[in-house]
Amino acid sequence: MLEHEGIQAIRDGVRNLCAQYDSAYWRELDARKAFPEAFVAAMTNAGWLAAMIPEAYGGSGLGLTEASVILEEVNRCGGNSGTVHGQMYNMFTLLRHGSEEQKARYLPRLASGELRLQSMGVTEPTTGTDTTQLKTTAVRQGDRYVVNGQKVWISRIQHSDLMILLARTTPRDQVAKKSEGMSIFLVDLRKAIGHGLTVRPIANMVNHETNELFFDNLELPLDCLIGEEGQGFKYILAGLNAERTLIAAECIGDGRWFIERACRYACDRVVFDRPIGKNQGVQFPLAEAHIEIEAADLMRWRACELYDRGEDAGTSANMAKYLAAKASWEAANACLQTYGGFGFANEYDIERKFRETRLYQVAPISTNLILSYVAERTLGLPRSF
Amino acid sequence: MKVLVAVKRVIDYNVKVRVKPDNTGVDLANVKMAMNPFCEIAVEEAVRLKEKGVATEIVVVSIGPKAAQEQIRTALALGADRGIHIETDEEVQSLQAAKLLKAVVDKEEPKLVILGKQSIDTDNNQTGQMLAALAGMPQGTFASEVVVDGDKVNVTREVDGGLVTVQLNLPAVVTTDLRLNEPRYASLPNIMKAKKKPLDTQSPADLGVDLTPRLTTLKVEAPQTRKAGIKVGSVEELVDKLKNEAKVI
Repeated sequence: MLEHEGIQAIRDGVRNLCAQYDSAYWRELDARKAFPEAFVAAMTNAGWLAAMIPEAYGGSGLGLTEASVILEEVNRCGGNSGTVHGQMYNMFTLLRHGSEEQKARYLPRLASGELRLQSMGVTEPTTGTDTTQLKTTAVRQGDRYVVNGQKVWISRIQHSDLMILLARTTPRDQVAKKSEGMSIFLVDLRKAIGHGLTVRPIANMVNHETNELFFDNLELPLDCLIGEEGQGFKYILAGLNAERTLIAAECIGDGRWFIERACRYACDRVVFDRPIGKNQGVQFPLAEAHIEIEAADLMRWRACELYDRGEDAGTSANMAKYLAAKASWEAANACLQTYGGFGFANEYDIERKFRETRLYQVAPISTNLILSYVAERTLGLPRSF
Repeated sequence: MKVLVAVKRVIDYNVKVRVKPDNTGVDLANVKMAMNPFCEIAVEEAVRLKEKGVATEIVVVSIGPKAAQEQIRTALALGADRGIHIETDEEVQSLQAAKLLKAVVDKEEPKLVILGKQSIDTDNNQTGQMLAALAGMPQGTFASEVVVDGDKVNVTREVDGGLVTVQLNLPAVVTTDLRLNEPRYASLPNIMKAKKKPLDTQSPADLGVDLTPRLTTLKVEAPQTRKAGIKVGSVEELVDKLKNEAKVI
C-alpha cells in the first residue's frame, strides 16, 4: 500500500550503500567491539540520516515512513541500525521544540554531517522507566545551569557531538504533577566531557557503544535549554512514538534477514540425501515467523501513516514495536534452529544478529511496558502504577 | 559536450534465475530487477566526465516496459540530467535496440555515446557495435579507460592479449568493461532531486522502428547442475582415472 515508487528507490539506494559494508565488515567489528565509523560516515555523507530534516535546513524533508524504510534496509542487509538511529529521532526533539535560533544553528550542520546528535540522556540507574523519579538536576545559577547526577545506558556518546539531556529543574515536591519540572538541554559533548561530564563505557552482550554518565557540576549556558523550562518530559514523550516505529522497522529488517538466510540454508543444506528444507519440521517455523513479520509490518505502516498525517500514533507505534520485536526474535530462533550447530559459528553471522535482535524486546522500552500502555491507555483498564 | 548513455533494466545480478517450465524464457514474475551492472559503469563514466568539465549534459535512455523508468531515475540520481524512455512491452533484440538508439542519436546528436559492453540477461554483446555501424560512428569497445582529448577520444580496450588503446574521432560509441570505474551509490538528496528531472517518454513507432524480432528463440534451458567431484588418493590414481575413466590422456 505504501510501497510506492519512491520507497523502492530508497530501498535500492540504502541497499547499494550497505553492499559496501557486508557481513564480513560487521563480523570483524563485532569481534573487535569496534564502532562502524566508515559505515556511519557513508550513511551521513549520502544524506540518509538527514532524511527527516526539513529541506530548508539541508535535509530531504521526508516522513517517518521513509525514515523507517532506511533503517529497515540497514538491518535487512545484515547491518545494525542501532549505530545510527539516534540521530533520526533525537533530531525531532530539536526540530519540534527548539527555538528558531537553535534550529538554524544545528540542523544544517546535522544534515551536512558536520555534527552528530546521536545520544539522548534520560535513563538513570535508580529510576529506569519510572522517568519522573529521575534524580539528575539542573539548577539555574545566574547565567548558567549546573548539572549533577548520573545516567546509564546512554548510547553512541563517544561517537556523537551533541546529546539531548533530561534533568529535573524544579524539585518534585514543588510541582503540581510529577511529570512537570523537568527540562531538556542540548549538551555539546565536545565541551562537556572532561569538564563536569565523565563517560564510562559499559561492556555488553552486543557490539553496542553504550555508557554510564556522571555529572559533577557540569555548567551549561542558558541557551542550551530546549523549549520551555519544566516541560521537558512532555517533549521526550512526544519523540517516543517515532522512536518506537523506527525500532519496529529495524526488527522487520532483521526478521527478513533471518528468514532469507534460513531459507537459503534450508535449500542448500543436504542431510539424508535431501535438502533439510523439504522437512516440514524445518519449513513450518520459518513460514510462521515470516507470517508474524509480515503482520507486524502492516502495523508498522499504520503507525507511520498516522504519524506522518500528524495524528496520534501512540497505540499503533507501541503495538508495532511489540509485534515486530517479537517477530524478529521468533525469526532469529527459527533461523538458528535451521542452521543447527553452524548457526553458532561466527562466520555465518546468525549468532551475531541473534544477539542484536534480542535487545529490542528490552530496549528501548520493554515488552511489559508496552502491554501496560495498551492495557491502560488503549483499553482503559485501571492504572497499576 | 553532450553524452548519451543507454541503460537496460535486467534481473538483479543477485537473483538466482529460474527458467519457465515451458522452456520459452526466464521467469520474470516477482523477480527483483535492477540496472545492468555494465550500464551502471557507463553512467558513472559519463558523470565523471561531467565532473571533469568535459561533458556538459548527460542524457540517459532506456528501452523497455514502464518500470524501466526506475532505472532511468536511478541514472538521474547518479548524476544524469534528463531521461528518455522508449516504452515497449515487446521483446527488443539487439538490432532493434540499436535502431532505436540510432534514432535517438539522430535527434540528440551527442558527441559521445556510452553503453555497457553487454547486458547480463542475454549476454549478446552487440548493441553498441550495431549502433556504431548504423550511425556511422567509430567504436571503442570493452573500455577500461576513456580520455577525451579535444575532438578525439582515446579508449583503452581490454582484449585477450592485454590492453589496446585506440583513438577515435568524436562523435563515437564506447562500451564499458568492468574495470573502467567503480560506480558510486546515489545519495538521498540526489534521489529526491532525480524525481524532478525531466523524463520524456516515446514509443518505438514515434521513432519509426519496427520491433519485429529477426531471431527466434527455440528453447531456454537452465545450465546443468554440477555433479559432486571425487577425491583421489595419489597421483597414480589420478593418472589412471584420466587415462581409463575420463579417457583424456
